[in-house]
Amino acid sequence: MFDNLQILTTAPVFNLQLLLNGISIAAIFALIAYGLGLVWGVTSVKNLSQGDMVMMGGYLAYLLHNHGVHPIVAIVPVAIIMFAFGWIIYRLIIKRVIELDLFTSLLATFGLAIVIQQALNLAFGPDVRTIKSGFGNYSFFDGTVDITQIRLIAIGLCIALAIAMVLFLRFSRMGQAIRATAQDPRAARVLGVDTDTVYALTFSLNAAICGAAGVLIAMVWVIAPFYGTAYSIRAFVIVTASGLGNLPGVIFIALALGVIEQYSGFILGAQFQQATIVLLLLAILIFRQLALVRHRRALQ
Amino acid sequence: MMATGKRSAVLHIAILVAGLVAPFVFPGHSVQFAVFWIMVLFALTWDAMGGQMGYNSLGNITFFGLGMYMCTIVQIAIVYNVGEYTAANGAIDVHFTSPQYFTGLGLGLVVAAIGSTIVAAILSWVLFGIRGPYFAIGTLGVAVAAAELTAAWNWVGGGQGIAMPVFPGGPGMRERFFYFACFVAAVLCYLFFRWLYSTRFCLAVNAIRDDEDKAEAMGLHTRRYKMVAWAAAAFFLGISGALFGNMTGFVEPLETAYPTLTFGIFMIAMTLLGGKGTLWGPIIGATVFYVMREVTWTYLLGWQYIALGILIIVNVVFFQQGILGWVKARRPEWFGVKIEEKSGAQPSAAAPARKAVNA
Repeated sequence: MFDNLQILTTAPVFNLQLLLNGISIAAIFALIAYGLGLVWGVTSVKNLSQGDMVMMGGYLAYLLHNHGVHPIVAIVPVAIIMFAFGWIIYRLIIKRVIELDLFTSLLATFGLAIVIQQALNLAFGPDVRTIKSGFGNYSFFDGTVDITQIRLIAIGLCIALAIAMVLFLRFSRMGQAIRATAQDPRAARVLGVDTDTVYALTFSLNAAICGAAGVLIAMVWVIAPFYGTAYSIRAFVIVTASGLGNLPGVIFIALALGVIEQYSGFILGAQFQQATIVLLLLAILIFRQLALVRHRRALQ
Repeated sequence: MMATGKRSAVLHIAILVAGLVAPFVFPGHSVQFAVFWIMVLFALTWDAMGGQMGYNSLGNITFFGLGMYMCTIVQIAIVYNVGEYTAANGAIDVHFTSPQYFTGLGLGLVVAAIGSTIVAAILSWVLFGIRGPYFAIGTLGVAVAAAELTAAWNWVGGGQGIAMPVFPGGPGMRERFFYFACFVAAVLCYLFFRWLYSTRFCLAVNAIRDDEDKAEAMGLHTRRYKMVAWAAAAFFLGISGALFGNMTGFVEPLETAYPTLTFGIFMIAMTLLGGKGTLWGPIIGATVFYVMREVTWTYLLGWQYIALGILIIVNVVFFQQGILGWVKARRPEWFGVKIEEKSGAQPSAAAPARKAVNA
């Protein structure tokens, strides 16, 4: 089981390979988690279909790719389609569950997750797929470490998208409205913010982010209809660990998670990769709980 | 609760008789009926947490799988070396005599029930500090982790699964035996929760659902109540898992033991459909859901799960109160709730001003 551990000690450059792989995936997951945290903070809806929306974006890019559209270019139409999808879903479902108790929104989005993954399964089959981006790769240390160009492009695009989002939220009129609604929806409504539109826009923006992330995932990693739940759990791990509206935290946790996942996958074997994530989630929840207990004791 | 006095007794006897004669009247459908009783058990156990206590678990299926695996291992271990048995994967000639099989099954059921309860108690220590959506996601995580870890554990057969010991009776006997086992498990589960809800326990867990902090401030040991509710659910789920594994004859982690996306969701869908937080709601929900499923499943041609997802969405968004809640709002007098008409008001105008008084 621990045979691979020796490889790491005898060939230290291999650590670099794992780190690079971890970082490129972490960048995309940071983006997904940021979207999840945005919706969570503004509408208090915990979107369990986050990972499935990512898969949906990936499959849309796959479809466009089969019709001769290069996946990098496909990011724009996919994001637009997903934005529209998010808007429709908001009008049909999310709008009605925002005011209800928290578990209702969780369950409604869980139902949505089932619908999306089954629809993808029907349309594209259960196989694992990937999109060939057609870029080469860079090699270092006589070919022992290599990174595909697409990974670097993906990291760059993630950073660009994140910066765009931050600038939008900070400086645009709508961004201000979104932040105001997140702080206090009632006060925002009193001051003339159309919170319904804010909610709809936030949810749709998140869907668009998911779509873009899905395209990148399809190029960098793999997509499959049933991977959505695992991706949602990853995003939840990041948001739960970093807290809401904490972008540096999201980036840091995402990087840590990506690297831990690569290492555990390499050392323990690929079958433990999923389990590691889930156990990390539990560990984080328990840790937070212990912190809460300490807090309560201090209050007493 | 459903109906008072005489009508209630008639209803219970009718269900009991129907349950007893069903496998003799429709011998070809014994397995479907057995699964139906397991569904009833699922819904009842989920409601103890999700409905009565307001702790919505997405991972109760963990105990189903745990019970299944514990029972299987005990059944095999009393005769063979488990590692060899699973490694051979049916290649070695295994034979269980009748006493061996039934001792194994009996012992396995006990271990499954008690083992699941213990695991639930331990997990409750870990998970019950977290509330609301975190709890739901955490329990979902537990179920996924259990499935992944079992699939990676070769001693219990890993992802390939284990072929169960063969039932030592004739083919008709086997179905009938497990039908009655499931029936008895469901009835015991119903009686247990019926008794539990008639005690102080029901008030306590309802108080936790309504406002946990206040309940705690009133001096309730909320943790203890939460643990008991979950352990009780795990006890029956462990038994149902053990029976189901033997009934299907093949145990495998992702599809049979920890089916988060099928059984794990069914139990929530059924409870919500019937009306959560009531004793009969889950049973009605399980009946309607299972009958619908059995009738329409094969005609939906791959669209079943999409239909399931849509059902959940429609259910939680538009039909939160469930079937029983809907009936209760329409006909409160059926539930022993007396309607006091406001004196002097017109009947039509009095309708919104009706005051419900619990009899």
